[in-house]
Amino acid sequence: MVNDVEKRNDSYNRYVKQVTPKASCVYNCFKAFIVGGAICVLGQIITNVLKANGLGTEEAGNYTTIILVFLSALLTGLNIYQRITAWGGAGGLVPITGFANSVAAPAIEFEKEGKVFGVGCRIFSIAGPVILYGIFFSFIAGFLYWFTSVAW
Amino acid sequence: MDYVRAFIVGGIICIIVQILMEKTKLMPGRIMVILVTTGIILGAFGIYEPLVKFAGAGATVPLTGFGNVLWKGMKTAIDNEGFMGLFKGGFTSCAVGVSSALVFGYIASLVFQPKMKG
Repeated sequence: MVNDVEKRNDSYNRYVKQVTPKASCVYNCFKAFIVGGAICVLGQIITNVLKANGLGTEEAGNYTTIILVFLSALLTGLNIYQRITAWGGAGGLVPITGFANSVAAPAIEFEKEGKVFGVGCRIFSIAGPVILYGIFFSFIAGFLYWFTSVAW
Repeated sequence: MDYVRAFIVGGIICIIVQILMEKTKLMPGRIMVILVTTGIILGAFGIYEPLVKFAGAGATVPLTGFGNVLWKGMKTAIDNEGFMGLFKGGFTSCAVGVSSALVFGYIASLVFQPKMKG
């Protein structure tokens, strides 16, 4: 009986493996490299242009973030960013534009459910966890830093 | 030359995450939490800042850079305000990224209609 179940599971798993489309990991990594690299170069171009116009390093970095986030929200609204992520995988997800996409996409999608419980709640569906753990872990790291160097 | 460095370092971070996704089937939300947390840890150990110096946007544009900014803001706030800085540094440092994402995301929800999938 047990043997039967194992045999069935085994053959089923083999079947699943067989019919799952084999997108090779290497090819996916190549695509992620291209898309992610390209977005970073875009960020570098924006930063360099801003610096050439007299902005300091930190200010230029902040404006680069704002511009990239704006572009991402725009491309998400136009349904273009989704295609970038579909092709580039992690390349579209890892940059700050991926974060902006994860904010804008549910906001647009759930607008119909209302301004408060539709947009208001769903806009945080991915941003919420990111902000929570970002704040929490920076607090922990900060506490250790405060305890070891500042408090004494 | 800084464009080449940005491309390669940013691209390599994406490759690492792509491999992680292929091997674990983690959802995007978890990936982003992992990236930001990793950035905070690497920042706190002083590993990330040299990478930023080397790769520029290649290190600041990925979400690990967002984590590094969180740590840097936290450290600055503690240096300036002591214990109270613990409660200010995080939100101060992530303010630009989070505010812009929320504001532009909200405006996008007013302007654009959801597209049918498929």
